[in-house]
Amino acid sequence: MTTVERRLVTVVAMICAAASTMHSALAADIPLEERKSGYEFMGRDTRAMQDDDTANPGMLSVLDGETAWQRKAGSAAKSCADCHGDASASMKGVAARYPAFDAARGRPVSLEQRVNICRAEQQQAPALAPESKELLTLSAYVGRQSRGMPIAVTIDERTRPFLEAGRATFFRRQGQLNFACTQCHDDNWKEKLAGSPITQAHPTGYPLYRLEWQGMGSLQRRLRNCITGMRVENYPFGAPELIDLELYLMWRARGMPLETPAVRP
Amino acid sequence: MTTRRNVLIGAASLAAGAGLVSVSPARATPASMDAAIKKVVGSAPLRKGKVTLSLPPLVENGNTVSLEVSVESPMTPENHVKAIHIFNEKNPLPNVISARLGPRAGQGKLSTRMRLADSQRVIAVAELSDGSFWSDEVDVIVTIAACLEDPG
Amino acid sequence: MARTLINVPKTAKKGEIIAIKTLISHEMETGFRHDNMGKAIPRDIISLFVCTYNGQEIFRAELHPAIAANPFIAFSTVATASGTLEFKWTGDNGFSATEQATITVE
Repeated sequence: MTTVERRLVTVVAMICAAASTMHSALAADIPLEERKSGYEFMGRDTRAMQDDDTANPGMLSVLDGETAWQRKAGSAAKSCADCHGDASASMKGVAARYPAFDAARGRPVSLEQRVNICRAEQQQAPALAPESKELLTLSAYVGRQSRGMPIAVTIDERTRPFLEAGRATFFRRQGQLNFACTQCHDDNWKEKLAGSPITQAHPTGYPLYRLEWQGMGSLQRRLRNCITGMRVENYPFGAPELIDLELYLMWRARGMPLETPAVRP
Repeated sequence: MTTRRNVLIGAASLAAGAGLVSVSPARATPASMDAAIKKVVGSAPLRKGKVTLSLPPLVENGNTVSLEVSVESPMTPENHVKAIHIFNEKNPLPNVISARLGPRAGQGKLSTRMRLADSQRVIAVAELSDGSFWSDEVDVIVTIAACLEDPG
Repeated sequence: MARTLINVPKTAKKGEIIAIKTLISHEMETGFRHDNMGKAIPRDIISLFVCTYNGQEIFRAELHPAIAANPFIAFSTVATASGTLEFKWTGDNGFSATEQATITVE
């Protein structure tokens, strides 16, 4: 273990010890009016990076996505535009309601999974690898068309079981530290962990440009980072646990405006 | 005017990214930074003043640190900023960027984003058309990111 | 070609100082990182950025590995005449990218 990892484990263990002295019943959800986007925890200069479309590194990905949208792919030789036309019209509001239920699969899918479903079924093209540059540019471009719109995933009798599964994951103690997401993100979001602010963990701007990655990444990548930090055995990309967690987090952030492509530290 | 401001910085590692680790590389030292500055300035005195180096008061991540250099100058053909150079003390190399300006710039200003590997001094040097050199420096504190990414 | 994002005002008054912002997609691999096997990853950076205005060089910058990934450089120039600003980035491994912007100066 590196010094940094050892230090992280110590700090996390301290929080864990403190948290476990609290009652073990479900911690309270953050009241809707007290919710804050990760944007509000950032310094002025990082916020400025996000606010300026001409200086936001995430916009490079959005521009690449605009090109990819027009690119013909697969044996069907079709582009996204061939079916969906002008994305600023057809994709408006789409990213804000993902993960969304896919009837054929009988479960919610993420936006990235939806792109790959389209590629396979409509374009007869091979799936784009998780976290691949091309997949991120497409989800960034689609996400950009929902910027400013309220997050609004659909919860009905079909998606409710998956929402509950995602919530259960969020509240479940896991891994070597026996630690649950809620302990930081519901109970300790006003505090700091190893010098960095603990946010409320609302996925308000994905895919986003993370300074730590020096590049774009999806919500799943960020979740897997956290899960590693918690010393939990990680879930593979596309795992149902991750998609259900995405659904829960987007529901938890319902009504908050989407900021894609966001910038985060 | 000398400005020494302690600023708080989050996350230092140059080695972000799956599967990559940073083995402690050779580092610039205050001496090698001084040598790099001397290469630019030569035997001319390096004066404090005219230059303002702005680094944010709270930087979350050392991978990408916004900075702006502003030099007081009328930017006329007779009196202008010829160049702005930025140096650092503890990254592996002392140089960051060297920009050539001139009267057509209109303003002696430069903005960019740099990497900061550790708590250290960052120095901006402006070269004026009369051959004089002016500088500003900021003392920066760097901490480490909270959650590290594992390969795969 | 690498993706670029340039911000130059479309119009300006003669003599006005205009702000130019440039962003380009590039990893700026420092040469100081090592992979899981301990092997050094070779340096791969943009080392030079030049801006010309109607063919005349108005700005130049030499970049080092300390410049963050996806280099952002903002500077200014005096609007002298209508025409074209050309931006050129060059670097390791034969990297080259060019972008243009037109401006109308009244």
